[in-house]
Formats: sequence, C-alpha cells, structure tokens
Amino acid sequence: MIPQEIHEKLTSRFGDAIPEARLEGVHDPFIRVAPGSIRDVALFLRDAEDLRFDALMCLSAVDYTKGKLGVVYHLHSMALGHKITLKVDLTVDAPHCQSVESVWKTANWHEREAYDMIGVVFDGHPDLRRLLMPSDWEGYPLRKDYQVPEYYNGMKVPY
Amino acid sequence: MVESMSVTQGVRVSGEGPRTVPGFWRPLKPEEMVISMGPQHPSTHGVLRLELIVDGEVVVDVIPHIGYLHRCFEKHAEHMTNYQQVIPYCDRMDYVAAMNSDLGYAVACEKLLKITVPERVEYIRVIMAELDRIASHLIAIGTYGLDIGAFTPFLYCFRDREIILDIFEQTCGARLLYNYIWIGGLSHDVQPDFADKVRSFCKIFRPNITELNNLLSYNKIFVERTANVGVLPADVAINYGASGPVLRGSGVKWDLRKNDPYSVYPRFQFEIPVGEGKKGAVGDCWDRYMVRVHEMEQSLNIIEQAVEQIPAGDVQSAIPKRIRPETGDVYMRTETPKGELGYYVVSDGTGSPFRLKVKSPCFVNLSALPAMCRGAMVSDIVAILGSIDIVLGEIDR
Repeated sequence: MIPQEIHEKLTSRFGDAIPEARLEGVHDPFIRVAPGSIRDVALFLRDAEDLRFDALMCLSAVDYTKGKLGVVYHLHSMALGHKITLKVDLTVDAPHCQSVESVWKTANWHEREAYDMIGVVFDGHPDLRRLLMPSDWEGYPLRKDYQVPEYYNGMKVPY
Repeated sequence: MVESMSVTQGVRVSGEGPRTVPGFWRPLKPEEMVISMGPQHPSTHGVLRLELIVDGEVVVDVIPHIGYLHRCFEKHAEHMTNYQQVIPYCDRMDYVAAMNSDLGYAVACEKLLKITVPERVEYIRVIMAELDRIASHLIAIGTYGLDIGAFTPFLYCFRDREIILDIFEQTCGARLLYNYIWIGGLSHDVQPDFADKVRSFCKIFRPNITELNNLLSYNKIFVERTANVGVLPADVAINYGASGPVLRGSGVKWDLRKNDPYSVYPRFQFEIPVGEGKKGAVGDCWDRYMVRVHEMEQSLNIIEQAVEQIPAGDVQSAIPKRIRPETGDVYMRTETPKGELGYYVVSDGTGSPFRLKVKSPCFVNLSALPAMCRGAMVSDIVAILGSIDIVLGEIDR
C-alpha cells in the first residue's frame, strides 16, 4: 500500500489526531500524529487487515531545539512489505507521549532509551527506567542544551 | 528469604518512573532468590549484567542491565565537524564486524545525499561485508562452543578468521577497526592479488565448515545442551523486533539482502537459511547456531560470484569533497551478521548530523532475552545468551 492510501485511511479513521503528512519530496514519507492518539493509531496500523504493520523498525527521540522535541516511529510490514514513518511533536514543557510498548515489544527498550537520553515520558510504559545511564543520573544527555555535570556522586566527571 | 523482603530492598537502589511493573516490582516469594550474573562474567561476552530471579535451579525471570560500555556515540556524532568523521566511531560499535557497521552508515548517508557509488565500490563492499560476516560468525560460533564447554572449535574458528583478517590488513592496514568504507567510496583500492587471496580463502574455508560440523554442530553433548533450549516462537520474535539469525532461527525467512535489498545484492544467487527444528523445537538455540553455520556457506557463494565480476574503476571518484546534505531525515537499514542495523540520520543542512540514532540489532535481540529464558535452568542462560550473539559495543554504543 502506498503512503497516500495509508494517510487516507488514517485521516478517515482518526480525523483530528492526524494533523499533517508529508508524502512527497522527502526521503521517508511521514504522517504526523497527535501524542495522545499514537497508541490507538499504532494498534490500528498493526491490526488492520490491509495494513498489518507488524514490525517497529526504529523508535527515535529527537531534540529539535527551541523547546521542541519529537518522537519518530519507523514502521514496516513484514507481511505486506510497505513502510511508513510516524512523527509525534512534543515540547520540553510537556514531554508526554503515549507508549506503544503494548503494541510492539520492540518499543520497550527503545522508549526507555528515549526517556533516558532525551527525556520523553512515555505514559503507559510498564517499566520506564533509565537504560544506559546510571539510575541516579540527572539530566538528559542527548538534549541539545545539556551540560555535562562536573561531579557525579562526588566523583569528578572527566571529559 | 522472608516474604517481606522485596526486590526493591535487596537489589534496586533507586529507580525512576512508575513502580507498577507486574512481575519484577512485586515482592519476592519465599522460594525465590535473586542472582546477579555479570557485569564481569566470562560468558556474558562483555560487560552485561543479568539479574536472575530463580526458584531453585529454574529461572523465573531475567532482567538485563546494560550501559556499562556506553560511550555516547550518538552525542559524539552530533559534535563532529564532518559526516566522514563518524565512521571510525561506527567501527567501534560492532567491533567484530566493523565493515558491516561502516557499510550501514555509508549507505544511509548516500541515501541522504542522493549519490550513487561506482560499481567497483559496490562489489568490493559486498565482498568485504560478506568476508566480515564470516569473520563475525566464526567468533559467534567459536565463543558459543567455549560457553558450552568445547574449547577446540574456538581455535579452529580463529585459525580461519585469521585468513580474513590478513586480507583486510593487506587492503586497509587494520585488522579490527577498518575505517574502510567511506561515504561515496572506499579508503583504498584493493591490492592486485586481492581476488586470488579471496578465491584461495573460499577454497580453504569450504571444507572447514564440514570439519566444524563434525567437531561441534552434531556433537552429542553440544546438541543436548542447545536443542529445545531457549525456544523463541516466530510471532514473539517478530513482536520483539528480533532480526538476523535470532529471527531466522525461529523459522522466519527474512533477510534484508533479499527482502529490502541495498547495494548490488540482488545480482547474486544465495539462499536464506532458516531454523527447521532438526534437533528440537523450531527456534531453539541449536537452530540459531545452525543458521549461522549455513549463512557462512551462503556468504561464500556470494563472495565467489562477486569476486569474478569486480569491474574496473576508481574507488574514490564519487567521494564528495564537501558533505552538506539538504535538511531532511532518512532511515536506512542493512543486514549485518547480528541482524538489522538501522541508522536514522537527521540533517539540518550543516556539515555534521543533527541527530544520529542507531537501531542496533543486538540491542533489540537482547531485549527478547527474558522471553527466551523464562522457565529455563540457570545453566541454560549461558547457552541462550551465547546463541543470541551479542556485542556490547553495539548495544551500549
């Protein structure tokens, strides 16, 4: 199924939860989804008979600077062979996004990593802990305005 | 152990996020015990810590803890002055198959830049990637035997790997971290006797696979330790996003070189080996192991075809002098020995990536470990972990 058809299906089903899509002139055609609807959209994309997006290839969080954050989902259907990208816009002040862990287990660690590195909070994630950094680390290292702390637990952080 | 003692008291120091996870955040039952395996443990293949919740010898749950080798690859990539400067860092992700890590990054950036590379480069890349796949699988197989208790196959594997490393050393000067595949080309052209050396390796190595099978694959003790252990059903594997031999071991015929091709792979004849459950259930440790053995044969087939067809040309003619992609983002994935390696590159029009996210196959495969380990014996954990073939450099990045 081509991205245009996927977009039409989503807009007819979810309406306002799909604010925007760019399907041409970009490398990977993407559809923007409201952060509060991403789980329902994901579930629909996985279970609809003619979509069957059974694989979440990648989940990335991005700090777009100026207080804007984003989560990018790269989906692929192993059964039908089509791909689509979903993007969710968030802000630094309200970095809350629904978790898709219950849809694709791949998201479990990817969301933990996104939380650890960028500080996106995935509501509904069963075990949202830091993954790569120590559990008592402060701050989100992949934020663009991140400052490396001088000390961690009394130890000097070398650079 | 008394019933009131909880995991949070005994093991966790502090945690963030909601403490409502069913299973692990519950108090321990009186018969349960927590064992920490790693981070310094000979069979975790690096610094990985597993928290095992055991009931006697039976593993109730496994919680992997990663991050001991975290060295901020993604942050470093954002601070480079040039896209090419990221490549040596890519080498250090999957350091036993560095050619494949480089190849993934190079094709992702080439897709972003919309450049095509010369045919000669594509063929040399394929040969290098496949040689490196064999080298990586030889380590996986050798150390897996070591984990199970078979020392000798390890030495046989390293003997054969040595020939591949010699070819790499002759080509680019490095034996482990190559920095060979650049965006748009290669760092060096191959030496005049490259094709002969590769042909001679194929000739030497093919009978050695039979030798390996006789020595290890069909060894009764080895089969007893691996068959019917750590079974991963196909639907669970797909839902976890497992890839590579872990996914194919579960019987799913899925290989990006065929299913989502890149480079010149469509021109070569080869098969996708899958787990068939010959010694036990489909998707057990033996199947995952055997997929790797068969993949080495298929890699040899690809190499033998490619080495006869290398066209002439300049391997550096397409390397851009100045890399400034347009604003945009691209996700590109390639099939490495461990599975699907993806690079998500975001460009803001400057000379370095705005954001570079790596989807590491080992990271995702390791996240499926608890699904394979529940109900296994403690000694099986070593067999299951070895069959996933993880490299911590790539998991922690």
